Amino acid sequence: MSLLDVQGLSIRTEDGRELVADLSFSLDAGERVGLIGESGSGKSLTTLAVMGLLPPGMTASGSIVLDAPGLPRTEVLGARERRLLELRGRAATVVFQEPLTALDPLMRVGQQVAEPLRRVKRLRGAALRQAVRDALAQVLPDPDRIARAFPHEISGGQRQRVAIAMALACDPALLIADEPTTALDVTVQEEILELLSTQVAERGMALLFVSHDLAVVSAVTERVLVLRHGQLVEEGGVEQIVHSPTHAYTRELVGSARQLESALERTAKR
Amino acid sequence: MKRVRSWTLAGGLVLFGLVVLVALVSLVWLPYDPSDMTGGRLTSPGWPHLLGTDKLGRDLLTQVMVGARIALGAGAGAVAIGGVLGVLAGVATGFAGRWLDDALSALLDVLIAFPTLLLAMLVVAARSASLGSAVLAIGLGMVAVVARLTRVLVKRVLAQEYITAARTSGTGWLRIVSGHVLPNIWPTLVVNLALQFGVAVLAEASLSYLGLGAPPPNASWGRMLQEAQATVYTTPTGVIAPGVLLLVLVLGVNLIADGLRDALDPTRRKRA
Repeated sequence: MSLLDVQGLSIRTEDGRELVADLSFSLDAGERVGLIGESGSGKSLTTLAVMGLLPPGMTASGSIVLDAPGLPRTEVLGARERRLLELRGRAATVVFQEPLTALDPLMRVGQQVAEPLRRVKRLRGAALRQAVRDALAQVLPDPDRIARAFPHEISGGQRQRVAIAMALACDPALLIADEPTTALDVTVQEEILELLSTQVAERGMALLFVSHDLAVVSAVTERVLVLRHGQLVEEGGVEQIVHSPTHAYTRELVGSARQLESALERTAKR
Repeated sequence: MKRVRSWTLAGGLVLFGLVVLVALVSLVWLPYDPSDMTGGRLTSPGWPHLLGTDKLGRDLLTQVMVGARIALGAGAGAVAIGGVLGVLAGVATGFAGRWLDDALSALLDVLIAFPTLLLAMLVVAARSASLGSAVLAIGLGMVAVVARLTRVLVKRVLAQEYITAARTSGTGWLRIVSGHVLPNIWPTLVVNLALQFGVAVLAEASLSYLGLGAPPPNASWGRMLQEAQATVYTTPTGVIAPGVLLLVLVLGVNLIADGLRDALDPTRRKRA
């Protein structure tokens, strides 16, 4: 039984434009899958639809079934808010692209991490403080100082680590990472990717990694879905996609990634 | 930078505190009885009447001190009415769905376009001229302004990614309002309510000047200005005294609002 099963998902705007068309894929527990495509290809909308959080005015059809251990199997589309609240944070949760906007600017970091712990694990007082400390300690050094800081007082990399700590706090069965490294500079990107991979592997979580960057996706996932103009154009193991892409768009993606790489190598040889 | 800002707040608090002090003193001690008309008419500042007397022979200092009470009470009352009703209505419309929101905002626009003066006359017609009627009218006029501001602020916060992020981790609506929406809008709201306090004080003075506020013999600053305007060339203190106090109070409140804006915003506080 797969953890996430998306069948024939279509997402439309109010004026009838189809942003995601007949998308089907599934994801098993503990599996790491990349969702790749250019901006505007419907990647982020798909992740929001999985959480049952499509922006107002958008409608989705098809089927999205979340079946996490210990939680009722749920058809997300059309589900009641109450049911979805139970799933969010535990069955699945999201790490967003820009941690500065994904964290409340007026709430101390510690409080923001405490929020899901309070709700899901029902921790209070000293136990809650300790849990926040532990959650932060897993992703960065000096958790006490970070917990007291406001988001604008820490660096971009630290903010993304905090966002990851928030997402991991309730041990979700599926972690959706929506371009989690795009807003960061390259050296920090690598650290964040490593942090994500180790945490996901240690906890046996499933990972849906959304990105436009093939190199980044191939570093952390086993299987790749290629999305273009809201349609699934190719699907396969990372090896297969990188070495023998069949669709023209995938070939283009691989080609440009290789060009970048060979440019680097040429510079290195000089 | 930070020095200058806190100086604004401090200056505002001093001016505002001055008027509050005058009002507090007036509760326990007044130079004369407010209705004592034995001081001789229209005397100049001097002894024993420090600011002179008005055309009925009442002590001006006493009148002005009682007026401080009325001005502060009117401001506080109107802000209480406008603030509570306005914020509630604003949060409700901020969360409302598409068509309900459209309908409510149209209603708010109509209410804002409705002149406070006309509203005041309607309230007075319904209830008789009194300080209460004036405060009620000003407060009701304020509801629409505060509600519209609150609605925009709520909408802006709800569109932020951190709300989506909070929802992806399963935060419920109640917690979103109390934990994210209110803390993020209240600095702006408090600043705006402080400004509205100043507006309300001026509005009460205007209504009283027109005879729609506190009826005689209540010593509203607005009514004192009206009564003294005929004799402004012979005994200018009758106009200057309430006028200056009105200026001090409104300026003080506006400076406080300005200072609060910076003091309440942690991102500005830290960068300053």
